[in-house]
Amino acid sequence: MSRAFQQQIHNTLADARLQEAIYTATGRLKDSRRAVIADSVLPDYQELRTQANLLKQHAIDNLDYYLEQFQGSVEAHGGRVTWCKDGTEVADFVLSLAKQRGARLIVKSKSMTTEEIDLNERLEHHGLESVETDLGEYILQLAHERPYHIVAPALHKTRYDVANILTERLHAPHDTIIENQTALARSVLRQKFLAADIGITGANFLVADSGAIVLVENEGNARLTTSAPKIHIAVAGIEKVIPRAQDLAVFLKLLARSATGQLLSVYTSFLSGPRRPGEIDGPDEFHVVLLDNGRTRLLPNRERRQSLYCIRCGACLNTCPVYRKIGGHSFPWVYSGPIGAIITPQFMGPAHEPGLPFASSLCGACAEVCPVKIDIPKILLDLRSEVHKTEAQAGKNRLEKFVFRAFAWLMRHPRAYEIAGRLAALSSSSGDGGWIRRVPALLNVGPLRAWLSQRDLPPPPARSFRQLWRRR
Amino acid sequence: MSREDVLHRVRTALGRDAGQPAPAPPPVRLRIPEVSPEARIASMTARLEALAGRVCRVSTPAAARAAVAEILGDRTAIISNAPYLKECGLSTLPGVRSGIYDRDQLRALCSTLDVGITSADYALADTGTLVLLSSPQEARLISLLPPAHIAVLPCSRLLTGLDELFSSRPDPAAVSSSMVLITGPSRTADIEQILVRGVHGPGQITVILVG
Repeated sequence: MSRAFQQQIHNTLADARLQEAIYTATGRLKDSRRAVIADSVLPDYQELRTQANLLKQHAIDNLDYYLEQFQGSVEAHGGRVTWCKDGTEVADFVLSLAKQRGARLIVKSKSMTTEEIDLNERLEHHGLESVETDLGEYILQLAHERPYHIVAPALHKTRYDVANILTERLHAPHDTIIENQTALARSVLRQKFLAADIGITGANFLVADSGAIVLVENEGNARLTTSAPKIHIAVAGIEKVIPRAQDLAVFLKLLARSATGQLLSVYTSFLSGPRRPGEIDGPDEFHVVLLDNGRTRLLPNRERRQSLYCIRCGACLNTCPVYRKIGGHSFPWVYSGPIGAIITPQFMGPAHEPGLPFASSLCGACAEVCPVKIDIPKILLDLRSEVHKTEAQAGKNRLEKFVFRAFAWLMRHPRAYEIAGRLAALSSSSGDGGWIRRVPALLNVGPLRAWLSQRDLPPPPARSFRQLWRRR
Repeated sequence: MSREDVLHRVRTALGRDAGQPAPAPPPVRLRIPEVSPEARIASMTARLEALAGRVCRVSTPAAARAAVAEILGDRTAIISNAPYLKECGLSTLPGVRSGIYDRDQLRALCSTLDVGITSADYALADTGTLVLLSSPQEARLISLLPPAHIAVLPCSRLLTGLDELFSSRPDPAAVSSSMVLITGPSRTADIEQILVRGVHGPGQITVILVG
């Protein structure tokens, strides 16, 4: 585990206000989800999950087929598809299009994929203005921070933080009333929407048979981003493709329920191509960027391939006992929580943060709530073993290996085990029946210290089970 | 161009050849329950009201006109070109701009007027949703830019839910560049999980069901 990762975790744990904010927000999202998937309101919930899993599996197993079909359908409706290997290619594409069309102002609606490639920074570096329009994302852009949560990006900000940000960045009067803060953002962003040359969105789904992209949101900013400017660019990971429009009946029922506990999000937009002849409004140009950015690295391994089923609902974050303590910014990349712990090492390589697959209690709650049934704990274990193999090759964990060998030997030799147990009872110095929070300096080394730094041990009993058994 | 490069990586990883077809996908799963028209109306009303929207049921187009006039009060409005709205005589209401086919004019009006009036292609009873397909009759911005939205549609367009929608419209892209599902007023909970309505879209939504 890197120092930076450890430090972030400790900072988050030490911040009582932040702890409460994370706990309350994730708790609310978690409860809302539970209420709308209950048997009494959605009796076929498990069937829908199974169907969603099968559809994703099928789409990913035949990914090249569906991507080509998608491109054909988009082009049939007058849209254009551009394939990109990485963020640099996406930025180059947008920059050259902007240059050709004389565009300067871009409005953006929330997209994790564009966060992944730092698209705003890349565009602004070249003199374009790129404005986030989702309220939470807008606040974070003003504060120069990355999203704290896949679905609730500004989860860690209070109304007081927001008031300070708006005053500092927009020179607005200091106002801590959330309705007023929202109204201010609305009026600033409304002007941006009406003046923007290009709208950039992500995509929740790419529909192969229709050539459509689907956007799910509550505020209306994605609708404005795709309806007001003359050019719409959707940037989507290649894994977002699903076979048919009719499959949306399954995915849409699961997505909003799992994300925010709504039956449907306020706006679901199904967009295909530029405006048609006769249509009064809508963009004149419709572009879809299909992005790899490391996704193809996940494909060869059948087990790990599942990581690409994710529909970014955030349910695994809300239910994860680790995320709920260490929060989003402790995670080393844009994706946080259990899904971040399996995606990040695979996209960025395990060396990016070797401690990441270990930041889990393996309780399995994430797999239980996942609407597309990704077996997150299994992939975490697989990634852990990969980290260990590389470390073993580098000769890093010799001491740990020795400790585990000694432990294995102890477990196979009952007499030695019993003596060790007695010694442990004697060495627990306090004798007041309290938890053991410290061990003798001699034992406080290497892997044992690392293990004990996160754990307290119950006091050893006065008599061991073996002693009690013999007395019967 | 990275197309071939990405496709090559995908195929190599999956062990597939160029041009290889996909096996049949899992069968489509659409379940359409039997729900009486009255029960649909009741569900639509309950769902939308739970989201702070309003549903008014009237029996005739003339009554719809009276209902819209009352809701509008002295507010200004823009009305879409949907034939059903003309049938209801809504385009002749005072203070209502109608017959707009020019994009710039539409944008200007939608950003200054108080209310946008549209019809809807369908409504989904089990979620309280309106479904609008973009067309020369129905522009995107009318249900989006003004601070309030009124939708007027006959009860016969009330479907049970998503499954029935995708069964009647297996490919929405065949007829329009945009199909939007609207479920309640625009909202956010981005600051402290406190619900605020009318962020970027309309904060008020009223559905008038006729028949």
